Amino acid sequence: MGLADVFFYLFSALTVGSGLMVISARNPVHAVMFLILAFINAAGLFILLGAEFLAMLLVIVYVGAVAVLFLFVVMMLDIDFAELRAGYMKYFPLGALIGFVVLGELVALFGAWNVEKGHRAIPAVPIPDPAKLPNTEAIGRVLYTDYVFYFEAVGIILLTAMIGAIVLTWRQRDVAKRQNVAEQVARTPAMSVEVRKVETGKGI
Amino acid sequence: MLEVGLSHYLTVAAILFTLGIFGIFLNRKNVIVILMSVELMLLAVNINLVAFSAHLNDLTGQIFTLFVLTVAAAEAAIGLAIVVIYFRNRGSIAVDDIHAMKG
Repeated sequence: MGLADVFFYLFSALTVGSGLMVISARNPVHAVMFLILAFINAAGLFILLGAEFLAMLLVIVYVGAVAVLFLFVVMMLDIDFAELRAGYMKYFPLGALIGFVVLGELVALFGAWNVEKGHRAIPAVPIPDPAKLPNTEAIGRVLYTDYVFYFEAVGIILLTAMIGAIVLTWRQRDVAKRQNVAEQVARTPAMSVEVRKVETGKGI
Repeated sequence: MLEVGLSHYLTVAAILFTLGIFGIFLNRKNVIVILMSVELMLLAVNINLVAFSAHLNDLTGQIFTLFVLTVAAAEAAIGLAIVVIYFRNRGSIAVDDIHAMKG
């Protein structure tokens, strides 16, 4: 068992353990923290698989953006989480049953996954030698050429999500001062400037 | 058995995916934890894709993971925005009440 294998067991144990804590933590802030830990350990797994770019992306996008977004919402909303956990154990048997059925199916399927010896699939885009071409550069060369339309479609999806989130949460508040362009344009010198005759040595 | 191969990564992903499903059932009332469970499931899918990408020596899996990642981020943003306006309107995020919104 080499060093990479030891790290695989470390990362995967921590990922699964913190995934378990995400769904069972009493305090949702702790659940978000465990979600962050799960993502960081999954990034470690990605590095072991040679996908460094995706590992860093996972840390930046998930830990830096999505998890912090969750944290904001959990802390911003004044929710009685104890009340929400009231029926917690009621759904446990059904959830456990379905969970074990799915897990059994997946493990039976993937555990028995056995590629024939000497068989090589023909890769659509072979991974280049990491010593010659780094992972990030290799992804960039494929992403901006063969998959450029998909890349642009993803950009549009993100734009839609951004506009949607802003439109959904935007509200007009009376306390906020807003610019009224028409009013500003309609202003004339007569409305805004007053000329007074000031006597010498007296002031207004 | 201890030598790490493709099936080890697939097993980890399967366990994570199951935890996501389990979390949805366990936290039936709390939308925020349900969204986090969905994120866990998407992470499991990503691990699967990257594991197969490394095993088959094909970069396409990593490209697809990139797309799954962005869609997951968009989903989280929209989902949390809906949670925020729902809380503003109802003062609670209990999923049991949400069917009141159907037309």
